[in-house]
Amino acid sequence: MPQAATLEIKNLSKQYQVKGEPLPVLEHIDLTIQPGEFVSIVGASGCGKSTLLRLVIGLEEDYQGEILLGGNRIVGTSLERGIVFQEHRLFPWLTVEQNIGVGLLNARIPEAEKRNSVQEHIELVGLKGFESAYPYQLSGGMSQRVAIARALVNRPAVLLLDEPFGALDALTRAYLQQELQRIWELEGITAILVTHDVEEAVYLGDRVVVMQPRPGRVKRIVDVPLPRPRDRASHAFAAIKEDVLGEFAGIPAQTLAPADAPQPLLSA
Amino acid sequence: MTTSFQDVASGTAAWHRQERRQRRHVQWRQFRRGIALPALVFALWWAAYAFHWTDSRLFVPLGEVWETAVRLLRNGYLQTSLAASLYRMLLGFAIGSVAGLAFGTVLALSRLFDNVVGPTLHAVKQVSLLAWIPLISVWFGLGDPAKIVFLSLAAFFPMFLNTFEGIRSVPREFTEVARVLTFSRWQLWRRVVLPAASPSIFTGIYLALIYSWLATLGAEYLLSAGAGIGNLLTDGREHFWMDQVLLGVVVVGAVGFALNWIAAHLEARLLRWRGKSIARY
Repeated sequence: MPQAATLEIKNLSKQYQVKGEPLPVLEHIDLTIQPGEFVSIVGASGCGKSTLLRLVIGLEEDYQGEILLGGNRIVGTSLERGIVFQEHRLFPWLTVEQNIGVGLLNARIPEAEKRNSVQEHIELVGLKGFESAYPYQLSGGMSQRVAIARALVNRPAVLLLDEPFGALDALTRAYLQQELQRIWELEGITAILVTHDVEEAVYLGDRVVVMQPRPGRVKRIVDVPLPRPRDRASHAFAAIKEDVLGEFAGIPAQTLAPADAPQPLLSA
Repeated sequence: MTTSFQDVASGTAAWHRQERRQRRHVQWRQFRRGIALPALVFALWWAAYAFHWTDSRLFVPLGEVWETAVRLLRNGYLQTSLAASLYRMLLGFAIGSVAGLAFGTVLALSRLFDNVVGPTLHAVKQVSLLAWIPLISVWFGLGDPAKIVFLSLAAFFPMFLNTFEGIRSVPREFTEVARVLTFSRWQLWRRVVLPAASPSIFTGIYLALIYSWLATLGAEYLLSAGAGIGNLLTDGREHFWMDQVLLGVVVVGAVGFALNWIAAHLEARLLRWRGKSIARY
């Protein structure tokens, strides 16, 4: 079992410097995540939810406020915090087994235990038999499952997921949501999922944090007191989903970037 | 031959076996196709003299070239020339590609070094290789040291440029994964940067090899002291021994082909993981 620890985000703010002007991305985020909880963060594009995850994982460092794990301020990256990105980001020159093994490279446990752990996690994500396959031989869904195994193999205190199923087709997505839910229950891990899919957020989360953009703020936190596994067709599920969706009603599609936003790389 | 789902699901060992079988079949077919043209050329060459289609002294019958080959093998001239050329090529290749690898790496990893040394190197790379000959012959003479300097230069630039590009183009996604997994600088280098850059570095090696061999011939023509295949060719030309000239040409071509074949096989093994990411028309 991973060591249980509370993740506290206190008064977190972040700005980017764009052409000398500060562009606020996150503003006064307050969030406390209990050990073993599954929290979904949902919001439209540009509300800073990915930035929030990158701050928690330690890939971005310049921020105001505090991020504490188990009472200690986080510094940089650590094996206690794992992340699954939207792209699988598997190393193409390594097999499935080696890719997962790479997660344990800096873990201070004996070799035999590492090998067992890798094998366990291959079976956990349902890829037994594909140990020697290279990423080019795997489908998108399979690759993402390897990425999940790689993030979990360290038994991190907190698992972050940044729109992990965004690049997959709807059928694979539904299947992997079920799988993630099963794995989460088995491992008892604390998980934070960022998504723009409200149904996914309600299906997986104990709580749904609704974020609003420009600058990113927590608008509302919706509890999901439904038993697992959740029934997408049930009345209660639909009611909660409507409730969350209601927070987004009336917001026009954010397709035009404001004048002071970072310019896209490819402009007309 | 199609792979059934059972093959894949029951374990990739069976799949790998089938992949190997298919690959060998394809390789054999490619070999048959590739050898067809040279075989045709040799056949026409032989036929031209056997059926008296021509009597020119500017070309010789296949039989004579073969006899010359046997003669030069018996008195050892062919072996010593070839050995001398190959030795020079490999030494020049080794020095040039190691230097190219080192410079490419350092310039790609250190902004300071790139700013200081980069502009000079990028300017110098434009200078035609042959333009170095007068300078080299004055500084190093016409013997082996001069040739090896020339060959090292030939191997250096493709290796340097490809290594530089390869290391600079490692996708940020991979370095972020390395950071998340708390890799040290050495681990990042050995387990992410080097493998990610290996296709480019391999291209550099391949080009350096080709250019070294081409430059070996050039070096032997222009810095003409010593023995070598180039000298065998010049000798033949000066005495109008067409059979020797043609033999030299065939040998040069054969070595080039062998180098290509070795490089292709190394690539197939080392870069197996790239899979089918390229188009097939």
